[in-house]
Amino acid sequence: MIINGKLIVSSSPLIRSAETIRSVMMDVIIALFPAALMAVLLFGYRALITIIFAVVAAMLTEAIWRRKRDIFSDGTAAVTGLLLALILPATAPWWLVVVGSASAIIIGKQVFGGIGYNIFNPALVGRAILVVSWGGHMAGDIWPSPQPFAFGHDISAVTGATVLASQEKAVTYSLAELFIGNIAGSLGETSALALLIGGFWLVYKGHIDFRIPGGFIGTVFIMGVLFGGGFYGNIFMTGLFHVVAGGVMIGAIYMATDFVTTPVTPGGRLIFGVGCGLITMLIRLWGALPEGVTYGILLMNAFTPIIDRFTIPQRFGGVKESA
Amino acid sequence: MAQLSFRGGVHPDDAKEMTSKLAIVKMPIPGKIVVPMQQHIGAPCELLADVEKIEKGCYVKAGQKLGDNKGFVSAPVHAPTSGTVIDIGPYNHPLGMKITAVTIEPDGKDEWAENIKPAGNLEDLSPDDIRKIVREAGIVGLGGATFPAHVKLSPPQEKPIDVVIINGAECEPYLTADHRVMLEKSEEILFGLKAMIKALGAVEGIIGIENNKPDAFNLMESLVAEEENIRVCSLPTKYPQGAEKMLIQVTTGRTVPAGELPMEVGVVNHNVGTAVAITQAIREGKPLVERVLTVTGSGVNKPANLQVRLGTLASEILEYCGGLKETTAKLVMGGPMMGLAQPNADVPIIKGTSGVLALTSEDVFLSESSPCIRCAKCVSVCPMNLMPTSIAQASEHANYKQAEKLYALDCFECGCCSYICPSKIPLVQWIRIGKNEIMKSKNN
Repeated sequence: MIINGKLIVSSSPLIRSAETIRSVMMDVIIALFPAALMAVLLFGYRALITIIFAVVAAMLTEAIWRRKRDIFSDGTAAVTGLLLALILPATAPWWLVVVGSASAIIIGKQVFGGIGYNIFNPALVGRAILVVSWGGHMAGDIWPSPQPFAFGHDISAVTGATVLASQEKAVTYSLAELFIGNIAGSLGETSALALLIGGFWLVYKGHIDFRIPGGFIGTVFIMGVLFGGGFYGNIFMTGLFHVVAGGVMIGAIYMATDFVTTPVTPGGRLIFGVGCGLITMLIRLWGALPEGVTYGILLMNAFTPIIDRFTIPQRFGGVKESA
Repeated sequence: MAQLSFRGGVHPDDAKEMTSKLAIVKMPIPGKIVVPMQQHIGAPCELLADVEKIEKGCYVKAGQKLGDNKGFVSAPVHAPTSGTVIDIGPYNHPLGMKITAVTIEPDGKDEWAENIKPAGNLEDLSPDDIRKIVREAGIVGLGGATFPAHVKLSPPQEKPIDVVIINGAECEPYLTADHRVMLEKSEEILFGLKAMIKALGAVEGIIGIENNKPDAFNLMESLVAEEENIRVCSLPTKYPQGAEKMLIQVTTGRTVPAGELPMEVGVVNHNVGTAVAITQAIREGKPLVERVLTVTGSGVNKPANLQVRLGTLASEILEYCGGLKETTAKLVMGGPMMGLAQPNADVPIIKGTSGVLALTSEDVFLSESSPCIRCAKCVSVCPMNLMPTSIAQASEHANYKQAEKLYALDCFECGCCSYICPSKIPLVQWIRIGKNEIMKSKNN
């Protein structure tokens, strides 16, 4: 029995889990499926076009930049494109979507060195670029209103102000409507229900740490209770309103949990989530913009390295104040 | 009662069903035996060329001492069977280098040396007698760490030991040798545990068994029913449950301080196989010349639990088990998480070899590594609560000071981080490099 020359010698461990970046990204896409489906049900074919353009543009941009033929590759570009689509209005023209996707991939990710090296969440970078460049399409205070189950309906005619614009606007919808998502808003942000379903799936699969969405949503709720103004009957309902309205759910579950741009330590992740919630609510309650999720997360992304440095976990058997 | 667990850990496919129901088979004495002079942690043995006249061409009997070292942290090696010494010189070692070894051509008579005789009743032996028997028998930790057993039975005066834990966790995937030993040699395990308790003056014995081996748990529990000071503890099935610090935490609730040994909290751990070896050394006077190991993996035609003489070559064992399949990608001595990959099968079984695995490419999941995506799965599975990705990065950038600050030296290389990593980064390998460099700078 001669087996010399064909055995692989490697350092232990000698077996590896079957999980790869690609399989994790597939799970994220599966998790976003309910939200994408809701987007199409609510906003019709325009939603579908936006999603397809964003995903394809992101994958193509990355493939061309990396000069690789495998356009799905590790799946991260598809996730960036999908996330970007879900935070765009259904009325966004196709070229805007393509520009957004391309800038998310190039400026948000590749110029830093590609996967693993970017500092800011690429999808949010893409959105931020569109907001400052084409404010008319992306103002964030006027959004298309949904037409449930009217696939062929052109959504662009009917628009509504975001529920975050004012108390008067907010109370025109019930909390149940906000939870289901039948309100004006960006494609994927309106249905808290759909986003939560995907979120639980991701926690179950171990891909996201509950500390980030927990800290984020918890902080938004507490700030809403304390400073929200007490509409919807009582202060707790106001807190809930701030959780289900706008981009908190999609931001907390899918954006603030982006692997690359958030802390790796358990304590750091809690701090990160709380920080996102805090900045979001500062902007919502006292800032010049109606919504603050995008900038809340982008600002906290910048703090990620320093948060990691100061939250190194206590080693097994270690004592406090050691070293 | 809620079952205690430890932080972190992973659940690889344990693949134990291939061999867990197979009784231990005694493999016949092979045509060639290779006895390396180092089969333990500590000072290597020196060949007994002068005293015992061990040289090329001489005849040795089973149990005859071939090498020894006067150092305290060391263990002698013995001839596993009778035969002629046909060579003395460097030979392949599971560690991946060549180490001086005595090659014996067995004569098939398996004649035992004259000094092999029972040591007497346990009641009549003093703790010092037990330590001496264990040392002379060359017994080391059979779980794979190969730390000389008599050293663990000789704690310093100021560190009294009250608990002895027998490690029957067998958390490494694929391996079922300890499982079978518990089923087939349970009484010897209990006797060995009693001998250890006596040697250490301990008050309690605990046998820890992962809850994926209910048959072994039930058997051991019925066996200790009459024993007041010995209990069997069911452990959650999670790798690395058998790591000493995790085992101690789950069985006793005590946490070994960082950088310290278990004796710091009054505990000593021994593997089930070590307990059996101690029993045989006391009852029969036999030194450690054979062990039970698992031969398995999808590359092996006929998986088995074998009792083999130390020094048997992996190639002979694989031959005995029906040979290797063409698709074999890795040959491993030990378990798949902490074992050693071998470049060929011409390598002897040593005291710490708990398994011979032949893994096919589907099992090993070969893949190139991608950049770290900071998913922090390594941070959440690390049983020592370290930040593997950050330590590995520090090592990769040759920033060993940073690696040390991140407690690289606390890593015991269980492999959970590399296992779980979706980017397939060889984290343990980087951390190992960092540890080596840190130790080097400390020794200068």
